[in-house]
Amino acid sequence: MNADKIFKLALYTAGLFIALLLALAFASLLYNSFPAIKQLGWHFLAGKEWNPVTEKFSAVPFAAGTLLTSILALLISLPFSLAIALFLSEYYPEGFAGRAINYMTDLLAGIPSVIFGFWGLFFLVPLVRKLEIKFGVLPYGAGIFTASLVLAVMIIPYTSSISREVMKVVPRDLKEAAYALGATKYEVIKKVILPCAASGISAGILLSFGRALGETMAVTMVIGNSNFLPKNIFSPSNTIASVIANEFTEATKNIHLSALIELGLLLFIITFAVNLAGHFIIKKLAVNGKNNI
Amino acid sequence: MGKITFRIYKDRAFKIAVCTLSMLSLIPLFLIIIQVILKGASAINWHFFTHLPLPPGEPGGGILNALLGTFMLIIIAVILSLPLGVLTGILLSEIDNKFTASLRILVNLLQGIPSIVIGILAYIWIVVPLRHFSAFSGGVALGLMMLPMIIKSVEETMKLIPLSLKEASFALGVNYTRTILKVILPAAAGGMASGIIIGISRIAGETAPLLFTAFGNPFLNLNPLKPVDSLPLLIFNYAMSPYAGWQRIAWGASLVLVGFVFLLNVVVKTLAERWKIKF
Repeated sequence: MNADKIFKLALYTAGLFIALLLALAFASLLYNSFPAIKQLGWHFLAGKEWNPVTEKFSAVPFAAGTLLTSILALLISLPFSLAIALFLSEYYPEGFAGRAINYMTDLLAGIPSVIFGFWGLFFLVPLVRKLEIKFGVLPYGAGIFTASLVLAVMIIPYTSSISREVMKVVPRDLKEAAYALGATKYEVIKKVILPCAASGISAGILLSFGRALGETMAVTMVIGNSNFLPKNIFSPSNTIASVIANEFTEATKNIHLSALIELGLLLFIITFAVNLAGHFIIKKLAVNGKNNI
Repeated sequence: MGKITFRIYKDRAFKIAVCTLSMLSLIPLFLIIIQVILKGASAINWHFFTHLPLPPGEPGGGILNALLGTFMLIIIAVILSLPLGVLTGILLSEIDNKFTASLRILVNLLQGIPSIVIGILAYIWIVVPLRHFSAFSGGVALGLMMLPMIIKSVEETMKLIPLSLKEASFALGVNYTRTILKVILPAAAGGMASGIIIGISRIAGETAPLLFTAFGNPFLNLNPLKPVDSLPLLIFNYAMSPYAGWQRIAWGASLVLVGFVFLLNVVVKTLAERWKIKF
């Protein structure tokens, strides 16, 4: 009896430790960004300039860069992820084609972020530069658009696997009822599967958004690293994550380091909120008894 | 009945669109693999694995420091995250109450923390008190990333073990602790191992959390309290450099890294069949 109590105590201690770890993470980010919060105040969220030399630190240019790249990446990737999800759940759930696509999306998900960045740097940047010359904008090559392309490829496996799980648990009798009424597969997908899976798919999109917001290396390598507010989707920019990656080891002033940690805190809070929202949507679905992801 | 043919054509067009989009989204995968192989293969030879990188301009040079560093970081990360991860995973699969329900959400949120923020945390927690960059701090950062993956794979595998196994053990008078440790855990070992291997393949390619923890080091180092290099760090630093020789090394290192990650994936896929719990 005694051994069991000790064992359960060990289990609960481990669980409590995980919870404390998360609390400690928030506390230490907050504590270390305190000098910046005190000195910069609201300028951090309201200003427009990030200049370590004049000690002006505003998160706005990077928040804009982060949102632009992530939203653009989601828009680009959505048709592709949904197509893969439909391909795997409705058209070829079994057999060679389905297995091959499934295997390859797994491989795509496994490629390290730095390799995506390296590939983007040598393949996509020259391509985008040509496109920019055609459009008559300044041909930087590296910029928000290039970063969004790389990010879009990176989140396809993620969005598609969540959407697929959601589509798979659409009740079979609903689909069969529609087929019995003479609906074509396209009509079943449009009128039964997508409406049924809509909230699950939106949760998947939200979770992918959270991932895109925090993606660092690939973006850092192709976004052009400029600390100004982006003018259009081709301008070089920086995301919150990429500016931390670029400047953290070079920050010599305490206020600079503290401002970078405050950026980290901001990113932590944003991704926390986005992920929490995504998980609550999925949990609500599970409670409704329609699926168990 | 023109309307029916129209509906059928629409259905076919949609199927073609779905198939085309699915194929198109895999093109980048092939482009990346082809480019990495084409540019990386020429850099790789025996010398590449057994020598240190050279200053720019000198031909040759290898990635021995990064290979050993990656190896060291993975070992530290696994040692740190495995016990905690397995215990928490058992807790989540065995006990169902309000605490574990919220803990499950916390584990998901821990997994959602961006890798660069994990790097900042390891910097604050380890690098600042020790006053210098170190392999240990990098291992802590990677361990933090691996923790939620291990917890989830342990929880999911243990939930697959049939209840009858547990009941049989209880019926023989075995207590709870021994039942979990000697019956359930060994039965779940295969599934847990695949989870851990997938976790290793993920952290092996992580760069962001190492930028200001393991930091990188062009020399050979086996001391965990000193900075080390890792494959992704080396790729990042050399890829962004203006020297052709260094970029060549970066391509070679990319091929090694991608090969390693794919190998782990293949190992898991083939072993998963064999390790699948059958009762």
